[in-house]
Amino acid sequence: MKKIGSWLRENLLALVVPILLLSVWEAAGQLGWIRAALLPRPSAIAQVLVELIASGELFIHLGISILRVGQGFLIGAFLGVLVGVQIALVKKFRIALSLIFGVLRPIPVIAWIPVLILWMGIDEGSKITVIAIGSFWTVLVSVVQGIRSVDKKYLEVATILEKDQKTLLTKVVLPAALPAIFTGVRVGIDVAWRSVVAAELIAAASGIGYMIMYARELSQIDVVLVGVLSIGLTGVLIDQLLLLLEKRLLKWNVNLHES
Amino acid sequence: MSMIAASPQTLTIKGLSKRFQIDNDFVEVLNDIDLEVTPGEFVSIIGPSGCGKSTLLRMVAGLEQEYQGEIYLGDELIKGPRVNRGMVFQEARLYPWLTIENNVAFGLGHHHSAEEKKRIVAEHLELVGLSSFAKAYPHQLSGGMQQRVSIARALVNRPQVLLLDEPFGALDAMTRISMQQEIIRIWEAEKTTILLVTHDIDEAIFLGDRVVVMSKRPATAKAVIPIDLPRPRDRNSYEFVQVRKTIYSNFFSEVEVPFSYSI
Repeated sequence: MKKIGSWLRENLLALVVPILLLSVWEAAGQLGWIRAALLPRPSAIAQVLVELIASGELFIHLGISILRVGQGFLIGAFLGVLVGVQIALVKKFRIALSLIFGVLRPIPVIAWIPVLILWMGIDEGSKITVIAIGSFWTVLVSVVQGIRSVDKKYLEVATILEKDQKTLLTKVVLPAALPAIFTGVRVGIDVAWRSVVAAELIAAASGIGYMIMYARELSQIDVVLVGVLSIGLTGVLIDQLLLLLEKRLLKWNVNLHES
Repeated sequence: MSMIAASPQTLTIKGLSKRFQIDNDFVEVLNDIDLEVTPGEFVSIIGPSGCGKSTLLRMVAGLEQEYQGEIYLGDELIKGPRVNRGMVFQEARLYPWLTIENNVAFGLGHHHSAEEKKRIVAEHLELVGLSSFAKAYPHQLSGGMQQRVSIARALVNRPQVLLLDEPFGALDAMTRISMQQEIIRIWEAEKTTILLVTHDIDEAIFLGDRVVVMSKRPATAKAVIPIDLPRPRDRNSYEFVQVRKTIYSNFFSEVEVPFSYSI
């Protein structure tokens, strides 16, 4: 309780400003300054939100999207770590892939969606692949950066102590690179979450993106807005969960505790 | 792995020269160094900054392998790092993600049972007086304590030679003095050969059985001064001050005498 109290004192503005904005918006709607067909009042949106939660529709669609993100991200991050470690440690590998990766990496994930739809149809496969591609690059880059910036002094200690390559990698290089890798994972999941919505907006029969597009076709602006805002809220939730996990896993990282 | 705790061996450095390539120029760092360190001896190496004394230590450790001349430990020609030579760097270089006991245990090889490992680590934490910090993380310790952990990590393999590369250089004056007493105590308990590189003349005299004075680059072993003072040494005793004067004059003769008399 005490913690919540002090948090409130410090971050009061973070709550006051949105409440203020919402009241102005509500008042403007009540007074008829804003057309409800374009922007319904917050209270009306809240009402739809409650209805969608009660019917289970919102959580079903969100759940489907989150599941896709989970699957796609696991594949993308796993491959990202695997390839990233090789690129960072094996010079030949790095050179062999540099040109190919240089061309592929700047392509926005969304540009792959039409390609993947042609290849794989609009089933789960294409969506999961889009997410995997998006998270692959961010995780890959952070793994390579993390490993390559490991302090040489740490490596020398292991050399002096005659450690083999495996010990060096698992006990020194990876732990040292873990904070950077974690940052990559957080950004990667963010990218994954954006990609899934994009994929569902273009072609899907379920998921939060589909819910938004379907409501747009029926001109249900309130449902569209509930969908859009719930994407943001879910994003915040995922990020907070990852932060918690990071604090747990990287107890030793002093920089983390200060922020 | 029976070489651990084998009979003590002499460290022999023969005709050691080293040059670095910077762009297209060669900079000669060490020039024809000869030194023999008998088992159990404590030798301090002192020299102006940039003279290559740390490089010399890194060569003995096996971290630098491009040089002319030979280094032997007993009959073994040194070609690379091996656990029979332990090293402590200027920074403690502890792994921040490992607890103190795990940092020390990292020094050990695979050929120990879990129980043995535990016992050896506990013994060495006891030796450096940090038993109660076994579960702590490095960032929770002061600089001096971290350096003691680093010494424990270097000692767990019972190295024949312990190489100390300006180990107390980053510590404050008070901590440095207590660490110097500490290292003498550890040396007397462990009876390892110690090679210490320092830029602190008092430290070199206080600790060493002999002090090797190196010249400016390209560095040669300009003088080897035996310190026949009983331990514990008094930094203000007449004999101590005499030795300090000798080393000072050795050091500054080629540049200038900093304390020239003026009337």
